[in-house]
Amino acid sequence: MADPKEIVLEFIHSKSKQKSKFYFNDLAALFPEMKMREAKKLINQLVSDGVLEYWSSGSTTMYGLPGTGKQAGAEGEE
Amino acid sequence: MAKHATPLLDQLQSGPWPSFVSDIKEEAERRHKNEKNVEYQVPVDVCDDLLGILELSYKDGTTHWKHGGIVGVFGYGGGVIGRYCDQPQMFPGVAHFHTVRVAQPSGMYYTSEYLRQLCDLWEMRGSGLTNMHGATGDIVLLGTTTPQLEEIFYELTHNMNTDLGGSGSNLRTPAACLGESRCEWACYDAQELCHQMTNEYQDELHRPAFPYKFKFKFDGCPNGCVASIARSDMSFIGTWRDEIRIDQEAVAAYVGGEIQPNGGAHAGKDWGAFDIEKEVIDLCPTECMWMEDGKLKINDRECTRCMHCLNVMPRALRIGNDRGLSILVGAKAPILDGAQMGSLLVPFIKVEEPYDEIKEIIEGIWEWWMEEGKNRERLGELIKRQGLAKAIAAVGLTPVPQHVMEPRHNPYIFWKEEDVEGGWDRDIADYRKHHQR
Ligand code: HEM
Ligand code: HEM
Ligand code: SF4
Ligand code: SF4
Repeated sequence: MADPKEIVLEFIHSKSKQKSKFYFNDLAALFPEMKMREAKKLINQLVSDGVLEYWSSGSTTMYGLPGTGKQAGAEGEE
Repeated sequence: MAKHATPLLDQLQSGPWPSFVSDIKEEAERRHKNEKNVEYQVPVDVCDDLLGILELSYKDGTTHWKHGGIVGVFGYGGGVIGRYCDQPQMFPGVAHFHTVRVAQPSGMYYTSEYLRQLCDLWEMRGSGLTNMHGATGDIVLLGTTTPQLEEIFYELTHNMNTDLGGSGSNLRTPAACLGESRCEWACYDAQELCHQMTNEYQDELHRPAFPYKFKFKFDGCPNGCVASIARSDMSFIGTWRDEIRIDQEAVAAYVGGEIQPNGGAHAGKDWGAFDIEKEVIDLCPTECMWMEDGKLKINDRECTRCMHCLNVMPRALRIGNDRGLSILVGAKAPILDGAQMGSLLVPFIKVEEPYDEIKEIIEGIWEWWMEEGKNRERLGELIKRQGLAKAIAAVGLTPVPQHVMEPRHNPYIFWKEEDVEGGWDRDIADYRKHHQR
């Protein structure tokens, strides 16, 4: 299997025009052969490694590249 | 003289109820006086600016808080809720006003020393404002800045033996009633199970990967002191399989007025003599009680463990001896499709170390919800969308009558291939013997 980090980064970059934050499901879907709780370990490892960063509304958590996804970007005010 | 004039908020102080405005003003004043010489790590006028920004919101009719943010402590994806205001020049004291969720002591047993530590911590590193045990059930510390987060986390974990709670799309801070520590109705050790499951599922608590929030709550019996049936995606409610234990002498003592009903809770007013027919038997929801030759009889097969009779006559009626718990799933607050109570998933399960059977149910549900749940879809909404039968199948149970809320709600039965003799394949030649083309 290709490096999961590359798979995730490629996906995020391909969407970077529309979105800066992603639900867990969006990322887990990149690894369809994996059980959800395995995918979780993998994606959380990317957070621990500093590749991804958590963003939380308080009730929902999303994932993005560190430092991106300021409110302005999400609202198209760049 | 207050920093900001707050005529609209002041009006909230004029009602007959305690007012949060008065509380915040009091804390604002206390911070300015600083009689204890606290080395404040967040602006001294945080409470003044909080009142100021709220007043502005009342005036404008809109919030001045931004939604969410990237804050937390290293390695944790929950426990801290980032809050920033959108008028930081006007209200610098609340430019950052993050919330910290903290795991409450099990069964809410506080020591005064612990409470003092908590308050000291929050005066120094936060706004001093707290919100104890609201609907979430945990300790909510309101208002701090990003640089304080690791300090607070260190203090809590190293000096107070306390962890952060849950927030975001993860397992939220689990909660239990005080259970066997005090209560004779406890059908299992709710505090112990809550503790064990909290330790077992640390990863789910601190590293969010669910479609949305997920709550566990543990009630020792159907009285439901933590209201798990209404406010947790998965409720663990103590129950028993055998008979209510009846002490007929004590029944007679209640009837004769020697023992006060409800533990004397209604003694403040004269309600007249205790009437077992009117106050117990007629109120049994399943009508499964009666008196016979001066003795109380119960048809335990029909009893739904509503607890009413036990609550009224605790010295005469006791929970059975074959105890365990029921698991219900899908309760939630009103955001989508209205509020929902939990639905029964597992009628009875024993509570025995190392709790493997219970863990299997929990993990089966999570696998299903993580696989099938849409983003921001609560378990209860998924159950409504796909049907309880799917949830039952997800944990490997077979449907039983207790799963049926009412008959003829859904007239369709979908057979699975493995349930049909011979499967979907058939011998066409054999079929043609009896059916023409
Ligand atoms: C000296 C004054 C007060 C006394 C003696 C008092 C006493 C109590 C007691 C005994 C309860 C029931 C505890 C429980 O079973 O949950 C309660 C509940 C409550 N009190 Fe107070 N209280 C006082 C002041 C206040 C103030 C100032 C507020 C609001 C700022 C407040 C808000 C509440 C609320 C919201 C509940 C319900 C909590 C819940 O069930 O979720 N109380 N109070
Ligand atoms: C600062 C220390 C205290 C804290 C944090 C505290 C907290 C609580 C909590 C969380 C409950 C709800 C328990 C439940 O789930 O049923 C409760 C109930 C209660 N507390 Fe306290 N408590 C404190 C001090 C006191 C004191 C000093 C008294 C009496 C002088 C008291 C009297 C009561 C009573 C009577 C109830 C039950 C009220 C009811 O019938 O619902 N508490 N307390
Ligand atoms: S839920 Fe039941 S066992 Fe737990 S404290 Fe309440 S009455 Fe007691
Ligand atoms: S617990 Fe409730 S249902 Fe059962 S016998 Fe007592 S009153 Fe009736």
